[in-house]
Amino acid sequence: MGDIVNGAEALIRSLESEGVEVIFGIPGGAVLPLYDELFDSDIVQILTRHEQAAAHAADGFARATGKVGVCIATSGPGATNLVTGIANAYMDSSPIVAITGQVTVNMIGNDAFQEADITGITMPITKHNYLIKNPRDIPRVVKEAFHIASTGRRGPVLIDLPKDVQTEEFEYHNPGKVNLLGYRPTLKGHPRQIKRAADLIVKSERPVIFAGGGVIASSAHEELRQLAELIPAPVTMTLMGLGAFPASHPLSLGMIGMHGTKYANYAVTESDLLIAVGVRFDDRATGKLESFAPEAKIIHIDIDPAEIGKNVRVDVPIVGDAKLVLKELLKYVKYRARKEWQDKIERWKRKYPLSYSKDDKTLRPQYIVEKVNELVPDAVIATEVGQNQMWTAQYFKFEKPRKLITSGGLGTMGFGFPASIGAKVALPDETVIDIAGDGSFLMNIQELATAVDFEIGVKVFVLNNQFLGMVRQWQELFFNRRYSNVCLRCRRMEFTKIAEAFGGKGIEVTKPGEVEDAIKQALEIDDRPVVVDFKIAREENVFPMVPAGAAINEIIG
Amino acid sequence: MKHTLAVLVENKPGVLARVAGLFSRRGYNIDSLAVGITDNENLSRMTIVVEGDEHVLEQVTKQLNKLIEVIKVSDLQPEESVERELALIKVNVDPEKRAEIMMITDIFRARIVDVSTRTMIIEVTGDEDKINALTTLLRQYGIKEMARTGKIAMIRGSKVIKREKG
Repeated sequence: MGDIVNGAEALIRSLESEGVEVIFGIPGGAVLPLYDELFDSDIVQILTRHEQAAAHAADGFARATGKVGVCIATSGPGATNLVTGIANAYMDSSPIVAITGQVTVNMIGNDAFQEADITGITMPITKHNYLIKNPRDIPRVVKEAFHIASTGRRGPVLIDLPKDVQTEEFEYHNPGKVNLLGYRPTLKGHPRQIKRAADLIVKSERPVIFAGGGVIASSAHEELRQLAELIPAPVTMTLMGLGAFPASHPLSLGMIGMHGTKYANYAVTESDLLIAVGVRFDDRATGKLESFAPEAKIIHIDIDPAEIGKNVRVDVPIVGDAKLVLKELLKYVKYRARKEWQDKIERWKRKYPLSYSKDDKTLRPQYIVEKVNELVPDAVIATEVGQNQMWTAQYFKFEKPRKLITSGGLGTMGFGFPASIGAKVALPDETVIDIAGDGSFLMNIQELATAVDFEIGVKVFVLNNQFLGMVRQWQELFFNRRYSNVCLRCRRMEFTKIAEAFGGKGIEVTKPGEVEDAIKQALEIDDRPVVVDFKIAREENVFPMVPAGAAINEIIG
Repeated sequence: MKHTLAVLVENKPGVLARVAGLFSRRGYNIDSLAVGITDNENLSRMTIVVEGDEHVLEQVTKQLNKLIEVIKVSDLQPEESVERELALIKVNVDPEKRAEIMMITDIFRARIVDVSTRTMIIEVTGDEDKINALTTLLRQYGIKEMARTGKIAMIRGSKVIKREKG
């Protein structure tokens, strides 16, 4: 005999049995029974101030830990406010489970108050979603949702729960094993393909490893390092892949693509073998596809078969989990000296290092990022989207996985701050910093209230150029400096005062000489958010860069 | 080039929307789509005719397979399978043409399933070419209305499409 419970209780029980410790969300009419049940639960509940932030925080939690992040919103506007956050998690394959309230079952389809067809709306941006009409399905659905979100190519799953299903009582039974006929991710790579890949590697003269977020998702960083050293082959990473291979490693080429390093882009262009691991050949990484790695054979290792052959032709496809495949591959690859290729890459590295002009008077964003890196090399760094993101990707040397939390695929401004809150909740003992732009920070600045209330000591370092900087940069370079709608010169607005008004700490920095002290001061505060307003050079650009539609070796600046 | 896909799916609400949404979202063109349950009431079978080259077909197949409720996707080769479609065609019938239309119906081994003073409904089953040929002939009398099921197909011989054992 199982206990008699209502749907809300069943849901909370199911979450607890999945090991959920934290949820991010906002209550509302259609989740009242759920929140009533949460009132007595040990699950930590972080009340965000906007549902979008709840989704991003769950995402940040997931990226920092590899565990599933959970967010809750009410029906209608609560649910639709999650949409950007869900789409963001989907594009970057981040495992979250979103739970939404829904109007009662008999009202569905009648345009009831706060009704939105959220399963319909999120169909293209979730890995899977559910509308539960019978409370007896709750234990099974929650189990399936966590299984789907956290296995294979990870991603968001949404569960829509009508209000009357939350209150209906039934006899609770633990769900059995997950049994999904149509969902069996391939984890082990095909042995013959792995041997073929090893063959190509051994024969190659100019190999390059191209690593992406999939390496981090499967915790394959150690195997990747072994492979790179064994071949030996230099390693370039996508934005999502930063941290998959130590930036300080002699074989690291840094980031590839639009704002990647010149030497990474040159190396890929001249390589005769590209070993792509956990990447999806996104246009920001590849540039013009016809000119991408034109001389290379391509080995593509990915857990999602649909990514293989989607954008580029592949010579050796290997479907499987990166860690398992690399482990196998390591058995067959043999070392071979490739002095000429190594020398060439060394020459490129010396000739085209990342650089920016330095002087004592101008406060430059690159300098700030370098200083942060120097003072807290182990910090978890979230970013917003735009110039702040690219300067971080270029100048912060990520040595370990899960240290960079950034919106890669969707490019969501306003992601970084709530994501940093999620990361800090997950890892309270770590330093968590959101490197932000002034435009992006304003898109979820209300979360200062959340951070103050829950004593979440995240730091927001605003690289404040009073512009939508990346858009301005494109207007400067490609639209004759016609700065249409990018100037954010709010003459009387001060981020420091906003931070203080919310109950956080605000620090203003205008000169390079003040940077180090400000960072140190910020690092000392851990019981509330700190906003450091860096008034940076307004028209600083992100270089080098590949113009849109150009080949990655046509890199300028 | 046209491809016929047999797609075995879980018989659950929303699964058709997921499949149809996938096609429109990714820009694939559906020529026809027919759905019905199978001998196992938990499973439905969709027959989808899709237009596209090998690359498109590969992507369609892989993307379909990513849907949790899709159990199996098979590309049916026309030469190895039986393909059928059913159409109901309502034609104008002048009394003096009645015999002529009945003769055409006979030739196509179609059936007259409804008769009124001025119209007839003809039911025809066959492959796409056969139905197209019949409609071409009937057009001269005036087709008032037509409904087609879309193609369904099955591999010839003892080979079957069923859910794989886990």
